Amino acid sequence: MRVIRAIAAALAAICLIDTAAANTSNGYNLPIGVTSLSENMYALHMEVFWICVGIAVVVFGAMIYSLVKFRHSQGAVPDTSMVHSTKVEIIWTIIPVIILVVMAVPAADLILKQEDTRNSELSIRVTGYQWKWQYQYMDAAAGVDFFSTLKQDSNFARQLHSGIDPSAVPNYLLDVDKPLVIPSGTKIRLLLTSMDVIHAWWVPDFGAKRSVVPGFVNELWFKVDSGKEGIYRGQCAALCGRDHGFMPVVVDVRTPDDFKKWVEEQKTASKQAAAPAAVPPPTAQSLN
Amino acid sequence: MAHDHAAHTADHDDHHAGPDTGIKRWLFATNHKDIGTMYLVFSLIMFFIGGAMAMIIRAELFKPGLQLVQPEFFNQMTTMHALVMIFGAVMPAFVGLANWMVPMQVGAPDMALPRMNNLSFWILPFAFTILLSTLFVPGGAPAGGWTMYPPLFLQGGNYVAMAIFAVHLMGASSIMGSINVIVTIMNMRAPGMTLLKMPLFCWSWLITAYLLILVMPVLAGAVTMLLTDHYFGTSFFNAAGGGDPVMFEHVFWFFGHPEVYIMILPAFGIISEILPTFSRKPLFGATSMIYAIASIAFLSFIVWGHHMFVDGMPVAAQVFFMMSTMLIAVPTGVKVFNWTATMWRGSLSFEPPMLFAISFLFLFTIGGFSGVMLALVPVDFQYNQTYFVVAHFHYVLVPGAIFAIMGGVYYWIPKWTGNMYSMTLAKWHFWLSTIFVNVLFFPQHFLGLAGMPRRIPDYAVQFADWNMVSSIGGFGFGLSQILFVIVVIQCARGGKKASAEVWDGATPTGLEWTLPSPAPYHSFSVAPDIK
Repeated sequence: MRVIRAIAAALAAICLIDTAAANTSNGYNLPIGVTSLSENMYALHMEVFWICVGIAVVVFGAMIYSLVKFRHSQGAVPDTSMVHSTKVEIIWTIIPVIILVVMAVPAADLILKQEDTRNSELSIRVTGYQWKWQYQYMDAAAGVDFFSTLKQDSNFARQLHSGIDPSAVPNYLLDVDKPLVIPSGTKIRLLLTSMDVIHAWWVPDFGAKRSVVPGFVNELWFKVDSGKEGIYRGQCAALCGRDHGFMPVVVDVRTPDDFKKWVEEQKTASKQAAAPAAVPPPTAQSLN
Repeated sequence: MAHDHAAHTADHDDHHAGPDTGIKRWLFATNHKDIGTMYLVFSLIMFFIGGAMAMIIRAELFKPGLQLVQPEFFNQMTTMHALVMIFGAVMPAFVGLANWMVPMQVGAPDMALPRMNNLSFWILPFAFTILLSTLFVPGGAPAGGWTMYPPLFLQGGNYVAMAIFAVHLMGASSIMGSINVIVTIMNMRAPGMTLLKMPLFCWSWLITAYLLILVMPVLAGAVTMLLTDHYFGTSFFNAAGGGDPVMFEHVFWFFGHPEVYIMILPAFGIISEILPTFSRKPLFGATSMIYAIASIAFLSFIVWGHHMFVDGMPVAAQVFFMMSTMLIAVPTGVKVFNWTATMWRGSLSFEPPMLFAISFLFLFTIGGFSGVMLALVPVDFQYNQTYFVVAHFHYVLVPGAIFAIMGGVYYWIPKWTGNMYSMTLAKWHFWLSTIFVNVLFFPQHFLGLAGMPRRIPDYAVQFADWNMVSSIGGFGFGLSQILFVIVVIQCARGGKKASAEVWDGATPTGLEWTLPSPAPYHSFSVAPDIK
């Protein structure tokens, strides 16, 4: 059944029938995503893809033509005088250079945009651990600080011989106990570092991926368009040991108002959690 | 002088007459053909060991959920698969082909440094015994990826020292092999064989040998720093001690990117030998093919940063590495166009070596396209560390390097054994390999674009379909390779006698075809005449 579905998907991929503007990946192509960066990346990706298809049609066309037309079995006579031509060789050196420049210029432009982390409205410190993420908010949400790990049901199902069907687990391996919550329409800057080995924080729909390296603070920014609130999922993208496959990234994008409410809830909750500790309960000794 | 020389020859007459018998022939081998054979057999064994690991990987990834192995063992398999295939299968196969063919192609009796040749081979079985035995030590085999990035690699147990020592040995072996190729080509060409008259296979190996000599010490240095970090308290890569984990990546990829070309340049050489023969037409633009190889080799030293775009790099460096990487497409394009022009207006026949060369041409080019896409920094941020990368480098290494090696074996093995092989079986091997290699690796492009990271033992259910297709392709490809072994063994044991020219009716050029089949034990005891 899966194989049949896969073949159907392959046909769709070949014909590129499925051009519906999906924000998330359609299963065989990059997602368009929900940030201007991911949209630009998708556009560049498709541009380069079609350039490659164009070159492939010409080059493979020439090869296939040769394979069909110049067969020994069909009595083809080789033109052994055709050994060298400076003119054509210069042409097929220059043309690729031009094509590469056409690709490189918008790419270089996009690099500048990607690296511009100035004027961010909310900074969050992301720390990688084997095998979970810590999110520490700064700016207006300062004080919110929590860990995000693989959700229990996925964790049970992913054990060897667990006997649990992964497709019965909602968002198998892509769900966490506590997602990163961010406001939409806000330029978010992540400051990423690691406490142990190299990880990589990645949400494909944001076009946001960056290595998380011990001893370094890397930066990354993205701004989710208003109206694109929802849950977005990614994974650790750098081999980080045994449970590398089991440290997903989940981001819950809310409207700025909902985000403010959420921050208040978090602060109240942490105060309540801290309150009993402020007045320690009487111990056996103090009662004496 | 002349008298001394005569006496010397007389003393060792027994060695010059022919091979020793039994185990001594192999242990004390100094003959380029015997050593070449050992390299190729060793490489084939490693190909199946590395392939068995790949089968475990594909079996575990056949469907979501963990069915067969623990994640830690899965990571050991991905790491060891890469190390075994790169250092055990692809590189020794090329050295084996160089051993067999370089003396025959330049008109020499043997390699220049036969005892070093012996040593450079015999180091390898020990190196791989050490490397593979890590599977049985406490803590298991290396599991941090073949790139050995610290700090993860240094979290390991006993394997750290064993793997590093094995890498040192492999490096020493490669350097000795390279010195031998360079010295042979520089000093033992027959009179009249100028460098530009030399066959493309020798040219590609000459340049590859320089690459190896330049970068293997860099790898040795990188892993030695890992060793001292782990055992002697240094902090080269330990951030807590003021070290820099990213520096390892820089040093590693300064080795690693030329290494990529070490695995493909000799393949270019082989393809440049096969295509003209079966197109019955000289190689188009042979001189520019040599310049293209040299340019690729030079560029390979200034592109290493493209492996590290997401690791945090200044904008200027990102732009530089993007441009330099894209530049590689230009000489590579020249090569593909010249190969196409070689077939153009030729007279093509489709013997097994030609089939593999044509398949190489198409599928390596697909790997080249994904390479250009990966070079573009902004989209690399999406592709990096996903299955798109896995698809890319497997396209250039399997239907690239390995198909070229197999094509080379099918091309030259009648010269080695004196027997023709079963064309029918070889064609079955070709068609099954070509079909399954695409079923195996093409869907991995989709998986990567859809967001599946590489090096994970288990995945979200939306990746299930393509993984199953890919695994089916993997099993098919793995099984098809048994045919290759059957063809090679049959050919070694007997078969229709091959003529000196082997490919009658086609136009094989080069000195190796002037020798009888099988080639005499000491290829050219009298230097041939070069016109």
